[in-house]
Amino acid sequence: MSELAAHGAHPPGFAHQFETVGQQREAGRLGMWVFLVTEILFFGGMFASYTIYRALHYESFVTGSHLLEVKFGATNTYVLICSSLTMALAIRSAQTGKRKGQIIFWLILTMIFGALFLGLKLRFEWYRDYIDGIVPGINWAYNGPHAPGVQMFMCFYFFMTGLHALHMVAGLGVLTVLVIMTARNKFSPEYYAPLEISGLYWHFVDIVWIFLFALLYLIGGRYPGS
Amino acid sequence: MSEHTEQGGNAGHVVPVSTYVLVFFALMAGTALTTGVAYIDLGRWNTVVALAIAVTKMMLVVLFFMHAKYATGLTRIVILAGFFWLGIMITLSCSDELTRTWEIVPKGWNMIVPFVSRLF
Repeated sequence: MSELAAHGAHPPGFAHQFETVGQQREAGRLGMWVFLVTEILFFGGMFASYTIYRALHYESFVTGSHLLEVKFGATNTYVLICSSLTMALAIRSAQTGKRKGQIIFWLILTMIFGALFLGLKLRFEWYRDYIDGIVPGINWAYNGPHAPGVQMFMCFYFFMTGLHALHMVAGLGVLTVLVIMTARNKFSPEYYAPLEISGLYWHFVDIVWIFLFALLYLIGGRYPGS
Repeated sequence: MSEHTEQGGNAGHVVPVSTYVLVFFALMAGTALTTGVAYIDLGRWNTVVALAIAVTKMMLVVLFFMHAKYATGLTRIVILAGFFWLGIMITLSCSDELTRTWEIVPKGWNMIVPFVSRLF
């Protein structure tokens, strides 16, 4: 039994199976990273198959890539980086014992950026893709060069960005819970594990988008004649 | 760092706001750079540059926003293991898939096939 519990000075959020608060924090972080490793390999399967099919059908993938608009991909990258900063600041506010209003402010700002990302994605990319008839299986009207290969590229595009967007939606749900927990005074400089762990998840989803932006929109170049 | 967060060691590292803001601007600049470079003809290097910038941005997020720089050795090993396994998955899949081609059947063999197929 830990010394802390024996003396009755039980810090908030301290579970009795741990020796120290530090050990509990470390276990939480480590567990989250193990989960994130499974997520790396989950998205990694798509990255690996994307790499292979891109190598096999290079021309088609470049043609498909040029159907996407860089300005929307770039804007969404900026939006997600902003959300990562506000998430980091939310955790920092809890660490340094700031008023709960400040933590909630940063969390809500993170949610606004997250929702903005999804909104832009839906309105200016997926919806337009649907109108333009470049959504395989739902509205496919493309009859330019390399049609079968372009269709394959668009399948990759929708599965990869769709899975990423699903992670964003889950992240927004997690953030909603965090806002409620903060409002109920659950966090303090001694205990803010849910904030920290959720932050790791949010930043991970940001990293996935950084790679999706590079792989789907940029590589191979966008200059005339590329 | 205040002493009450030090309980039992391994307390959360409080990163200065200035570091976060610096990393934030580096990420924004990296995004602008990678977008701009895509419009310049670098041949094969376009892909290399885009991926190099993406990896750099990822490193910044992992090290500072995700606190890997301040993490214990155990956590770092788990993170590295994740990327190492990703590397195995991608390189081995590619080495298999990209070294297989449809073998060109020699003429002589082509002529034998109809003959052999009649045997079975």
